[in-house]
Amino acid sequence: MSESSLISLAVTILLLPLVGFFIVLLFGKRFEHLYKLEVGIISVALLLSIYAGFVKLTSYVNDTIIAQFTWIDLGNVPTIGHLTVNLGIMIDNVTIIMLFVVTLISALVHYFSIAYMKGDIRFSRYFAYLGIFTFSMLGIVIADNLLMIYIFWELVGLSSYLLIGFWYEKKSASDAGMKAFLTNRIGDIGMFIGILILFTNYHTFSFTEIFNHISNGVVPFGSNGWLTAAGILVFMGAIGKSAQMPLHVWLPDAMEGPTPVSALIHAATMVAAGVYLVARIFAMLTADAMLVIAVVGAVTSIFAASIALTQNDIKKVLAYSTVSQLGYMVMALGVGAYTFAFFHLVTHAFFKGLLFLGSGSVIHSMHHEQDMRNMGGLKRKMPITYITFLIATLAISGIPFTSGFLSKDGLLAGTWAFGNLTGHYLIPIIGFTVALMTAFYMFRLVIMTFHGEPRNQHKYDHAHESPKLMTIPLIILASLSIFIFYTPNPVAPADGWFYNWVKAPQTVVPEEARFEFMKSESHEIEGTVNNDSHGGSGSGSATITHSEMYEHAMHAVHYPAMILSIILAGLGILFAFLMYHWKKIDADKLAEKLKPLYNLSYNKWYVDEIYSFLFIERLLDFSRFISWFDATIVDGIVNYSATFTRGVANITGWFDTYIVDGLVNFTAFVSGFVGLSFRKMQTGKVQTYIVYVVFSVIIILLVLRPF
Amino acid sequence: MVEVGLTHFLVVSAFLFAFGLYAIITRKNAILVLMGVELVLNAANINFVAFSRYSNYGLNGQLMALFVIVLAAAEAAIALAIVLNIYKTFGHVNVDEIDNLKE
Amino acid sequence: MQGFPLLTLLTFIPIFGMIIVLLLPKSAENNVKYTTLAVTSIQLVLAIVMILNFDYSAGGVFEVSSFQFIEKVAWIQIPDVAFLGTLKIDYFLGVDGLSAPLVLLSTIIFFIATFSSWTIKKSPKGYFAMYLLLNAATMGVFVSLDFFLFFVFWEVMLLPMYFLIGIWGGPRKEYAAIKFFIYTMLGGVFMLITMIGLYFSATEVLADGTQAYTFNLLALMNQNNYLTDGILSPSNPDNWRFMAYIGLFVAFAVKIPMFPFHTWLPDAHVEAPTPISVVLAGVLLKLGTYGILRISFPIFPDITRELMWYIGLFGVINIVYGALAAMAQKDYKKLIAYSSISHMGYVLLGMASLSSVGINGAIFQMFNHGTITAMLFLIVGIIYDRAHTRGLNDFGGLANQMPIYTGFVTVAFFAAVGLPGLSGWVSEALVFVGAFGVESIRTITMIGMLGILLGAGYMLWTLQRVYLGTLPEKWKELKDVDARELAMLVPLTIIVVVLGIFPSFVLNIMTTSVNSLVDFLSTTLN
Repeated sequence: MSESSLISLAVTILLLPLVGFFIVLLFGKRFEHLYKLEVGIISVALLLSIYAGFVKLTSYVNDTIIAQFTWIDLGNVPTIGHLTVNLGIMIDNVTIIMLFVVTLISALVHYFSIAYMKGDIRFSRYFAYLGIFTFSMLGIVIADNLLMIYIFWELVGLSSYLLIGFWYEKKSASDAGMKAFLTNRIGDIGMFIGILILFTNYHTFSFTEIFNHISNGVVPFGSNGWLTAAGILVFMGAIGKSAQMPLHVWLPDAMEGPTPVSALIHAATMVAAGVYLVARIFAMLTADAMLVIAVVGAVTSIFAASIALTQNDIKKVLAYSTVSQLGYMVMALGVGAYTFAFFHLVTHAFFKGLLFLGSGSVIHSMHHEQDMRNMGGLKRKMPITYITFLIATLAISGIPFTSGFLSKDGLLAGTWAFGNLTGHYLIPIIGFTVALMTAFYMFRLVIMTFHGEPRNQHKYDHAHESPKLMTIPLIILASLSIFIFYTPNPVAPADGWFYNWVKAPQTVVPEEARFEFMKSESHEIEGTVNNDSHGGSGSGSATITHSEMYEHAMHAVHYPAMILSIILAGLGILFAFLMYHWKKIDADKLAEKLKPLYNLSYNKWYVDEIYSFLFIERLLDFSRFISWFDATIVDGIVNYSATFTRGVANITGWFDTYIVDGLVNFTAFVSGFVGLSFRKMQTGKVQTYIVYVVFSVIIILLVLRPF
Repeated sequence: MVEVGLTHFLVVSAFLFAFGLYAIITRKNAILVLMGVELVLNAANINFVAFSRYSNYGLNGQLMALFVIVLAAAEAAIALAIVLNIYKTFGHVNVDEIDNLKE
Repeated sequence: MQGFPLLTLLTFIPIFGMIIVLLLPKSAENNVKYTTLAVTSIQLVLAIVMILNFDYSAGGVFEVSSFQFIEKVAWIQIPDVAFLGTLKIDYFLGVDGLSAPLVLLSTIIFFIATFSSWTIKKSPKGYFAMYLLLNAATMGVFVSLDFFLFFVFWEVMLLPMYFLIGIWGGPRKEYAAIKFFIYTMLGGVFMLITMIGLYFSATEVLADGTQAYTFNLLALMNQNNYLTDGILSPSNPDNWRFMAYIGLFVAFAVKIPMFPFHTWLPDAHVEAPTPISVVLAGVLLKLGTYGILRISFPIFPDITRELMWYIGLFGVINIVYGALAAMAQKDYKKLIAYSSISHMGYVLLGMASLSSVGINGAIFQMFNHGTITAMLFLIVGIIYDRAHTRGLNDFGGLANQMPIYTGFVTVAFFAAVGLPGLSGWVSEALVFVGAFGVESIRTITMIGMLGILLGAGYMLWTLQRVYLGTLPEKWKELKDVDARELAMLVPLTIIVVVLGIFPSFVLNIMTTSVNSLVDFLSTTLN
């Protein structure tokens, strides 16, 4: 299979769901069973992407395949020269793994949804939306340039909007959809500015070309500061999409959507797009940008974990857990643990998808009950759901022999190494604390839902194991949460194939803007620790790899980190059992004791309220003010000038009538008056005239008398 | 006894003129106005004859007087005819009220 | 196509149609409508013929030779007028990459608005006569290359518009019509003054070798044609050129409409009947920005460069201010009107960049705004026809009652929001790329990006209030779109989607011209 046919294969995988979307959307109402077409399409896409992955990883494992085409040709632009906007497809190992992850989870969610969404009035519409979501997500995955990522980024936002607000009759659902879209847009603006900075300087959106320019020493506007800014701004897109602080607020609300959607979009794939984006621009991140990213990730992870501790809605706990885990991944990228960040993205996609689907199974059988306080003891009724759920919980808690253990352990080791190298110890401390908290709240969830006695007997009695269409996806995902799919050695991810497929790209940032440990000299000092060649997947002929010293540091802390994380996870699980299973510690009393902290956590640190008060209300006030200003002041001036003109016109009119015309009339009046007075003499009677004549003659005679 | 001279004639003539004028001005009856005109004409005749007698213009004055008498006769004839017509039309001969050329 | 008077036909077929309409008896309502439809369809076909025969590589803008479909005859030519010399006004038509997309847009919008006019009840004969006159005048503005001719068409446009709003409008139609009329007239006065100033400042060599003052736009763009002592000559030390530029700009700004000259727009839109709103937003607003590109920029390149920051600033104010004002509206149509103001801000911002990318984006945005806003006004019209109210808070849950309609609404709204894959985004992105690339307006461009967020805010909020949620009892009777309405919405939807994916269809028409315009601006008087 040639490279070009691999590209056409990827394009086919990309376009299939889109075709499904259009067909099902347009004709879904007429043909009830059309959703099967969409399900079939996604299954084909899954098979194709497995095949593509097989080809890529066996024949072209170290190659990056790029195909570009001209989308917009702006001709011969003055001062720049011939300017075109190119789009293109890039296939490397990360792409191919993501293709597999996305199509797999999407396909499983499709199957699961057939049962879960049964009887919904917009059943086929739902599958159409899943189709466009899959299309947009795949678009992000195979893009070779920032513009295309941005395009599909927004399309993903659209499908997320449509699916969160799927039950739009509920105001809370349409609110949540809107909130998701708008919150994401805030991040997107930053991302767009970042992209503009890069385009303005390099006149290209392509990753490889941008990296080439930077590695040639051309930094934006001639300053490393701008490079940092570009990195952070593009990362803002990830803040929005991956629900990082401070734009995390939309994700918990997004749980208003159907639960399979939460599994697909808001746990496994879309929210991971942010992490994926940061991974894509990893090579151009300066030390400052990375530090910012690490801090944002760390703060997000502990912040979200602290909220997850006290939530009672099963989906809310999972939502905050997702935010927290996404924070982990972002943090890992920030500290330079590229491979483990991506590894965690993949494993998290599987086990978090599983957790959401499992919770969907529970919610489905409990007739849309989501409050854990009404659950309990479900393990007897729903054994398959319980076991698969438990496996996922173990994975997210980082218990050995699970996939989560592999990725999380490596990730934590990465933060520790980073702490050792740079002195930023707060980040690993946060990382390990979150590991403890994660284990605690996840087991709290499992115990409250599946263990103990039923708290709501009525609902419990009606609960039942879900149909096969729902349990089989659970089983598939549960098996993918076992270590064996990633590495033969359950404690050493580095021995696995995954580790060999995904290499951190070589940084292209100017030396002075890198971390100490990433500078080229370190190569000389440290020598080769790892015998891997670490050829950056992007550009060839790498003489120095940035990560040697870092790899070395990571190896040094690998076992301590592993042991520490196992101990912390165990502690977390122990506390969970003590409090919720054996009831040795009274959870309510503890909550009472730590009332302020509990309230803070329970109310999600009041972030929503603060945002609502600070931004949304103020913005609406401001818009009302502008509207008032427009109607009263601006239009007022217009109307006033009209009134003023009319006033002037009135005065002019008065002046004209009474002064100018008055003079004319006065003249007429005078002559009229004179006429009036002389009129009396003109009686029309000859006799009178004769009198006048006589008197006139007398007067004339008197006057002309000669003496 | 004062001899009758030019002055006496002129005085008589002036009186006659004045009466005639008075009749023209004050009378409403067209006939009377016409009579006033006759008086004025005759006053003029007296003046003509008197001036002719007391100066050396020959018979110019008398001639002019004869001419006026003829003229007056013609005038009276036409004027009386008009007055008759007016009377026929309006039913009266009051000069003040005759202000229409048609009924 | 040599010798075929394509542009004359485009411009005067509506006049011909108007005469037919006026000759038809009052009772022949349907004949009146079909005549109009025939006229607009012929126009559409002519415009497509024009685009098919268009030479994409011809620059146009300031060279007569690279204009296409030129028609030039002397219109008024009187030799030896007292102190003027030869008085000469040409009937001079032609298109280049700047005007061709807009001609195409106008024909599309007028064609679709004809369908929308189908339901006009009140004396259709008069309505369609006015409609055709408006059509002719608009077309004339886009194809004139003689300032005098341009001005004539510009002013002729006012008259039918005044009657269309003033007679066929809503409750406050008189107020709106007069406001519109006076406002535009005010702009026209400024334009007239500038035009006369330019006339007495530049001369052109006639065929017989003598020099004469000129209204020819292309001659006015050539700085060598200016007299040394002309009042608006570049060499004139007094700053009259600056004043003239401002005056001309105000004339166009009123039409755009640019803050603070925009307040006629919401009133006009709210009162105008749906098809007239469609034409007003779809075509007439573009005349302002087109005028700036066609006249202000090339004739006054020096002042343009001096003032670009301010133009950009006003663009950004339009974007943000329009969006904020839209957010607070309770009347559906007013909201769309303000969103129009916001979207025209992008055009201004793109033009202010004076860069190829930005101006391409600006023209493309004109085109896209034309189609998208036309859709939005049709959408408002459809709901108003059925419910007889436009209050945003009076509705809810229409998505279930009118699903097909809501589908179109979603496409139109997301196009207006600037969702990639739909045409609006491509032009917005190009505008931002262009504007961001220019250092002086970089900061305000970033402020302008708030428009992306605010636009999404008010649009989605509207979508939620009107279409999502639960359906009030009183709207249970509303019917979904009928065939006539589909005939209006479907073509526009197709245009919006296709241009979102393949923007080159329209962009290729303009790129060469835009590049030569930018080149001209950056080299002249430098």
